Amino acid sequence: MKEINIINGFLYLLAKLEIMFVVFGFMAAGVLTGWLLRRHRAGWTGKVTMALIWLLLLILGIEVGSDRRIVESLPTLGVEAAVIAVVSLLGSCLAARLLWTVVRRRENASKKEGRG
Amino acid sequence: MRDSLIILTFFAVGVVLGVTGVLPFDISQTDIAMYALYALIFVVGFSIGNNPDIVSSFRKLNPSLALLPLCTVLGTLAASALLGLILPQRSVTETMAVGSGFAYYSLSSVIITEYKGAELGTVALIANIVREFLTLVAAPLLVRWFGTLAPMAAGGATTADVTLPVITRYSGEKYSVLSIYHGFVVDFTVPFLVTFFCSL
Repeated sequence: MKEINIINGFLYLLAKLEIMFVVFGFMAAGVLTGWLLRRHRAGWTGKVTMALIWLLLLILGIEVGSDRRIVESLPTLGVEAAVIAVVSLLGSCLAARLLWTVVRRRENASKKEGRG
Repeated sequence: MRDSLIILTFFAVGVVLGVTGVLPFDISQTDIAMYALYALIFVVGFSIGNNPDIVSSFRKLNPSLALLPLCTVLGTLAASALLGLILPQRSVTETMAVGSGFAYYSLSSVIITEYKGAELGTVALIANIVREFLTLVAAPLLVRWFGTLAPMAAGGATTADVTLPVITRYSGEKYSVLSIYHGFVVDFTVPFLVTFFCSL
C-alpha cells in the first residue's frame, strides 16, 4: 500500500509539472505579446479578465448544481464545510498578516538606514 | 463590492441552471472551463508585459516573502486542528485533512472520498469550493483586514490560476509572480498532506 502511495505521488508530481509548464507557457506567451505591443497600452485587459472569471464561476455553479449528491447534502454538511472553510482561511490570513508585518518593519528599518 | 455581487450572481445562476438541468449538454464534460482558464492566464500575462512599470517593481519584492506558502500551510493546519478539537462530530485529523485541500477542491475531495468515505469527501468538496469562492469574493476585504498578502494565503493552491486575477487586482500586479510561486508550492503539498492526515 505504501509503495503504491509513493508511485501515485510521483505520477501526480509528473502530471503537475506538465500542467505547470502549460500554465507558465500561456503566462509567458501573454507577457511576451503584451511586451511586444507595449507601445499600444491595452485598456481592455481588466474587462476581459472579469468576463472570464464570470464564465468560470458560472461553470462552477453549473457543476455544483448538477451534482445531486452536493445539492441534497448542502443544508447539513454545507454548514459544517463552510465553518471549516472560514476558520482555515482565517488561520492562513493571520499567518500572512504576521509575515506582512515582519516584512514591512524590516523594509522600513532598511529605508531609515539608507537615509542615515 | 459590486464586483463580488456580480460574481455571486453568476455562480447562483449557474447553480440554478445545473439544478433545473435546462442545459442541453453537460458542461463539466467539456473543455470550456480549461480553455477559459488558459485564456485568463494569457490575459493576466499580457497585462503584465504591457505595463513596463511592473517589471521594475518585481525587483523591489522582499526575499522574505518566499516564506508565504509556509505561512499559508501552517496557519491553515493550526486553525483546522483547533476546530477539530471544538467540533464534536469530527476528529482533529479529519478537519486537518479537509483543511489541507487549500481550496483545491477536486483533488482533495477525491482523495478524502477514497480514504474516508463520501460524507467527509463531500464536506471537503464544499469546504474547499467555499474557500476558493470566499477568496474571489472577499479579496478586497481580506487586504483591508489582514494586509496585502492575505488573498494569496486565502487562495491556497489556487493562486497560480483561478484566484490569480483577483490577487493581481487587489494586492497589486507586482505580486503576480509571488502569487504563481505560492500557488505551485501549496499545490504540491495537497496530495501529500491530505493523504497523510487521512492515514492517521
